[in-house]
Amino acid sequence: MNFDYSEEQQLLADAVRRYLAKDYGFEARKKIVASPEGWSEAVWRQLAELGLTGLPIPAEYGGFGGGAVDMIGPMEAAGEALLVEPYAATMVAARLLARAGSEAQKRAILPQVVEGRLRLAFACLERGARHDLSRIGTRARRAGDGWRLSGEKVAVVGAPAAARLVVSARTEKGASLFLVEAGETKQRPCVTLDEMRAADVLLEDTRAELLGAEGEAMPWIEEAADFATALVCAEAVGAMKYACDATLEYLKTRKQFGVPIGSFQALQHRMVDMVIATEQARSMACLAASKVDGAADACERARAVSAAKIKISDAARHVSQESVQLHGGMGMSEEMKVSHTFRRLTVIAGEWGDAEHHLARFAALEAAR
Amino acid sequence: MDLNYSKEELAFRDEVRGWIAENLPQDLRDKVANYEELSKEDLLRWHRILAKKGWVAPHWPVEWGGTGWGVVERYIFEEECGYAGAPPLVPFGLMMCGPVLLRFGTEAQKKRFLPRIYNGDDFWCQGYSEPGSGSDLASLKTRAERRGDRYIVNGQKIWTTLGHYADWIFCLVRTDANAAKKQEGISFLLIDMKSPGITVRPLILMDGGHEVNEVFFDDVEVPVENLVYEEGKGWTVAKYLLGYERLNTGRIGASKRELARLKEFAARQPGDDGRPILEDPRFRDKLTRVEVELAALEITNLRFLDRMRRTGQPPGAEVSLLKIKGTEIQQAITELFMQAAGPLARAVRPADGAAGFDRFTGVLAPRYCNFRKTTIYAGSNEIQRNIIAKMTLGL
Ligand SMILES: Cc1cc2nc3c(=O)[nH]c(=O)nc-3n(C[C@H](O)[C@H](O)[C@H](O)COP(=O)(O)OP(=O)(O)OC[C@H]3O[C@@H](n4cnc5c(N)ncnc54)[C@H](O)[C@@H]3O)c2cc1C
Repeated sequence: MNFDYSEEQQLLADAVRRYLAKDYGFEARKKIVASPEGWSEAVWRQLAELGLTGLPIPAEYGGFGGGAVDMIGPMEAAGEALLVEPYAATMVAARLLARAGSEAQKRAILPQVVEGRLRLAFACLERGARHDLSRIGTRARRAGDGWRLSGEKVAVVGAPAAARLVVSARTEKGASLFLVEAGETKQRPCVTLDEMRAADVLLEDTRAELLGAEGEAMPWIEEAADFATALVCAEAVGAMKYACDATLEYLKTRKQFGVPIGSFQALQHRMVDMVIATEQARSMACLAASKVDGAADACERARAVSAAKIKISDAARHVSQESVQLHGGMGMSEEMKVSHTFRRLTVIAGEWGDAEHHLARFAALEAAR
Repeated sequence: MDLNYSKEELAFRDEVRGWIAENLPQDLRDKVANYEELSKEDLLRWHRILAKKGWVAPHWPVEWGGTGWGVVERYIFEEECGYAGAPPLVPFGLMMCGPVLLRFGTEAQKKRFLPRIYNGDDFWCQGYSEPGSGSDLASLKTRAERRGDRYIVNGQKIWTTLGHYADWIFCLVRTDANAAKKQEGISFLLIDMKSPGITVRPLILMDGGHEVNEVFFDDVEVPVENLVYEEGKGWTVAKYLLGYERLNTGRIGASKRELARLKEFAARQPGDDGRPILEDPRFRDKLTRVEVELAALEITNLRFLDRMRRTGQPPGAEVSLLKIKGTEIQQAITELFMQAAGPLARAVRPADGAAGFDRFTGVLAPRYCNFRKTTIYAGSNEIQRNIIAKMTLGL
């Protein structure tokens, strides 16, 4: 048993945290969020320079061949800094491509992702399917030696900044994955509660390239979702850590009735419960990542990830709500970073499945054992 | 024991319900239902419709426009307004400044201000909280120095709801910095928002909305006739207001309506299995718990009303219970709305143009964020628990 990061993992986590602390403070982030694109090319180049864009990509395509555990440190730092660049979105799609794609597809795309020249997004949510990624309404039909897709994907984070989209669609043989030029889709871009950019993606007989074997994509999709969930769990831990740190500092400095409000036992216990929730969340984020990397089978992986997401969704709600409440009026103010952390954690609670989704999934896996 | 309204009370309820159905303008109803921001004009329009009918200030004495209704009728009326989805009545004039003037004001003050509050001619806001004084209100620092027939006011208020709409602000100010107890140096002043030296600065909340402000006072002159009650007795006035009969603190009517709408909404949103999320037992259980909480709160509220009616005593710490439970329920409903929409609730506004953007779904998550305020303002729920611990339990 060893919960420590390796030296390499530690160095990378420190480097990312240092960079974000220096160049991605709350004020700098505010400017990025208010810009027309809503993300920063310059920041992206820095992420690439730090090696982050190649982290989960195999070495033969220029990456580091890392796993989910290697992503914990960077994702935690991203959560603390409330990174809005579509980093997780790109990494999830890139890893999926690395696993399911053909040699030619990998050669064409992955080196560019590693170098920070290309962003990707995974378009898997649909209007009528909530969190169930197997309920795919988007249809694919063969056209010459290629494919055409028709349907709608919703709330695709990172789509406006992506050059290519990985899209799930159904053929006669079942769930399949495709690569689509983002420029050939019709997008309805939007700003999300957590100040990222996403889009509803309309596919109207849009050209597509098959990714992996036709009709056999469900295991890949589930694995990608579990990987993505592990990333968001680590990110949640960073965001919760910020919420706890900021609240603790506030309890120590804010005075009412002539004393720091942290001297009220009613608030001390609330603060302690926030910290306990965050510690438990951290443990589950470790579990999720290590099982994504090393579970014996898909079932073991899925159970661990769902268990983690149940804990983390609950903790994200609890910690975010309490952090605002204990800040009093200040917690409601847009000028306070903690209110933005609240928004990110609110989204995280439902991202890649809310607690109820994962409760149902966990229970079903148990029943099938 | 009989938990039902009497025949007369039911008839009264039907009368109120019928009248609201006929007189609440459809566009206002729609705006409230769609969670759109209400303009000053929107708020005042409903206020004036009620004023014309004579129902805008039921709790005031009849000679000032009150209706003479008993506590139960008043409660029914407020719940019906909430249930119908009427715009909220801004409380600062009708529920706060008005009652204060009725209790402590001079004849001249009453004549000058009450009719204008009643008719919606003056828009009021509340200047209590300061950057350093929230829960510990009595530590407030905004100074008012007496110079001849005026006070000179300097300082800052914060979180002033709708201060950007207001014609007048009622303030707690410090008139005696050397009083033995900090509560004793405080006075209650009425200040014209158009006075030179007042600056209002917007404070944006985390949902991006502008509803509160900072108000700065820089050598603002206030005529002494705008002092309410005696100098140094402002705390007595403020305390009267805190204990004032707030029958609708739980906002039960509005929550009932929101819950009914939540059910309609959830019946149209897909769950993971493609069937409506309303039929998902996990969602259904959460919703039912809120519904049961609300039922319990309604009965509790009625129980308190019945006691008030019979003893004639104003409510005490009961109001704190209603505030705690009422706000928790409101927050739970906004959260369930957001959860019912699932991943779609994440998109809150279009990045370019509005074409095809589902505005209602987009507002659910910001609304959930906004409603976090309810457990903070009007005496935070922690302070309400302190009140119950102290007043009711003697701890
Ligand atoms: C949207 C909004 C609208 C508002 N509108 C108005 C308005 O129109 N006019 C106006 O005057 N004010 C208004 N307020 C201010 C509101 O009344 C204060 O925010 C509230 O009193 C809390 O004060 P505070 O924000 O300074 O928090 P603090 O008093 O600093 O409290 C911080 C935290 O400590 C807790 N706490 C404090 N003391 C204790 C204690 N003794 N025991 C246990 N816990 C404690 C609080 O509950 C809170 O969780 C508004 C606030 C908001 C958010």
